[in-house]
Amino acid sequence: MNAKGRIAVAAAAIVALAVMGALATFGKSVAPAVAQAIDPDTAKMMAGDRTADAYLARAFDDISRERFDLAQGEIDALLKVKPNFRLAHLIKGDLLLVRARPVNAIGAVKNAPSDRLEGLRAEAIARLRAYRERPRADLVPRYLMQMRDDQKYAIVVDTHRSRLYLYQNVDGRPRFVADYYVSSGKNGAAKRREGDEKTPVGVYHVVASLPRQKLSDFYGTGAFPIDYPNEWDRLQGRNGHGIWLHGVPSDTYSRPPRASNGCVVLANADLDAIARDLQVGLTPVIISEDVEWTSVDDWAHERKAFQAQLEQWRADWESRDADRYLGHYSPHFRAGSEDLAAWSRHKRLVNTGKTWIKVGVRNVSMFRNPGKEDLVVVTFDQDYRSNNLSNTMRKRQYWAREGGTWRIVYEGSA
Amino acid sequence: MNLVLRPAALCAMLALAAAFAALPTRADDIQDINKLIRAGQHAQAMDRVNQVLAKKPRDAQARFLKGVILAEQNRPQEAIEVFTKLSQDYPELPEPYNNLAVLYAAQGQYEKARQQLEMSIRTHPSYATAYENLGDVYAKLASQAYDKALQLDSANSTAKNKLSLIKELISRAPSATPAVAAQPPSAVAAAPKAAPRAAEPKSEPAAPRTGPATAQASAPGAGDEVLKTVQAWASAWSKKDVDGYLAFYASDFKPPKGEARAQWEKSRKERISAPKRIQVTIEAPRVTLKGDDNAVVSFRQKYRSDNLQSNNSKTLVLVRAEGKWKIQQERVGG
Repeated sequence: MNAKGRIAVAAAAIVALAVMGALATFGKSVAPAVAQAIDPDTAKMMAGDRTADAYLARAFDDISRERFDLAQGEIDALLKVKPNFRLAHLIKGDLLLVRARPVNAIGAVKNAPSDRLEGLRAEAIARLRAYRERPRADLVPRYLMQMRDDQKYAIVVDTHRSRLYLYQNVDGRPRFVADYYVSSGKNGAAKRREGDEKTPVGVYHVVASLPRQKLSDFYGTGAFPIDYPNEWDRLQGRNGHGIWLHGVPSDTYSRPPRASNGCVVLANADLDAIARDLQVGLTPVIISEDVEWTSVDDWAHERKAFQAQLEQWRADWESRDADRYLGHYSPHFRAGSEDLAAWSRHKRLVNTGKTWIKVGVRNVSMFRNPGKEDLVVVTFDQDYRSNNLSNTMRKRQYWAREGGTWRIVYEGSA
Repeated sequence: MNLVLRPAALCAMLALAAAFAALPTRADDIQDINKLIRAGQHAQAMDRVNQVLAKKPRDAQARFLKGVILAEQNRPQEAIEVFTKLSQDYPELPEPYNNLAVLYAAQGQYEKARQQLEMSIRTHPSYATAYENLGDVYAKLASQAYDKALQLDSANSTAKNKLSLIKELISRAPSATPAVAAQPPSAVAAAPKAAPRAAEPKSEPAAPRTGPATAQASAPGAGDEVLKTVQAWASAWSKKDVDGYLAFYASDFKPPKGEARAQWEKSRKERISAPKRIQVTIEAPRVTLKGDDNAVVSFRQKYRSDNLQSNNSKTLVLVRAEGKWKIQQERVGG
């Protein structure tokens, strides 16, 4: 073996370890996935996958097997299709440098601005992790309890994993379509205040589509504002505005995992891919710090139980039995400026004039709110008819489970 | 980044080219031209080269020297032309590729430089100069990639590189690496495994014969001392004895890549402290003494730690001062 080969092999081991080391420091669960050899199924999947993450994963796999030449081939191929992919340039630098001297971390560049370097390292880890830990086909995000028929797609974002998952509504069931790397708020998730540079956590909807002609280059190929702060956020006293899904500047392929002022940022190609599926006013965007996954059986069980809960509320309203009806409302209930006492007085008063009530509930969507508390956001079209009043409205309710019982904590028009 | 390329050693080239050329040029001519180049008398050197080439237009040595002179005269395009044709006519010679690489690198064309150096190594797989140059070119390419990664706009310092390159060519050429091999056989090849691996790192170098090596004929003894020093150095490294390890380096030790001594020591300290265990063994050492107080040791260095194994050839240049051998240069490769 010639000297070049020897040097390369010696250095290869260092890089491989550095990659694993970086992953180990990031999250313990990730390290074994990288350290162990890739199983044949994964390898097969990887071989045909031309996404940026797939190139990266193959390059890292090559590095761990001390095959720098192959790794460099992957990175060069990746840069050919994504010339502005900074992380790929960083790894390219490592693969070149390792031929000259040992490399002991991703991005062995000296005197680099540490924030940028850390950002790229974090991106490497996030992308690799997402690629190695694919969403399981037998699990669905717990949040997507029920989509209405005309909601064709739903978006679920995991800020810890820097990942956006696109689900299609297939006969009421969420079916996984694709997932994408995303950047989120510089200071993490769970936005509370204007300017806190955090990404909100909750159930939102796409409320507008801003074409690129109306935007500066910073936002890339388009932007889709979502409705933060929603009703629940306002009740919690959260404020701020201008949370969008948007793209990246034209000289950039992607930004680090924690980079935005709170927006969810996708590569332009990825934004374009999901843009086709986004329906303004309809498509839910559920943002979580750490998506909860549930089996299809458990998902169906929760969905059915909650459907029954909603039906009970509807039936009790029709019954004109004010106690039964008001029993669905929480002591903490709010509707605009009304609390439960005001709401109850009003409802009881109205009820006295009724000889009959018919309540129709159509186009129901039910989304579980991410987080520890049991909170479900229900939106539906309500047809209300009675002897002295009829109206149709779109209504939104927030149901919370209090002491084992689901109760309405907020209700209003949507 | 400070890119210092080592142009092909002329004497190595001469030896090869002399063996190769069908009609060897008179050694006198070549020596004279070399002297003129070294003296910086490029115009005269060029005249002599042209005289030689008038008689033997295909002569490899003369053409090579012409390329060198052109490079010295800051005529890189012409130098590139000469070396390119030379490499086409004599594709088995490593030096023209190497010097093309040096010229390309000076122009900031690192990818081209890389290709030339890889050709050079392909023709001559143990060509140390090309390896070192290639290492530098890789480092430069790496830094370009890093700049893109980190959106840095590092100042383009190619002009500076070019200047230092030309100086390098003059000063380095006669005394570059092959000179070590060219030393007369007073050199001592020490018995490869004779020196025990468990050489005490402290006792050996710390107990020098204070009566300096007046007996200059003691070449074998000096060779043993050098070897013991190297073994002790490896032993201190294996014991993760950072201070002991660093004490083996001479005060004028030149850290690689022009790093400052303090910075280098810091990074060595980190590297040596990080692993839980380190084992460094020296195999097949070859000691070449140059005079009484200079030695070059080449060996295979087997390094093993809890997270890395490597097997490199390494060369240490040692100097003796006050009876102690200290490392003045350290490089990977022959």
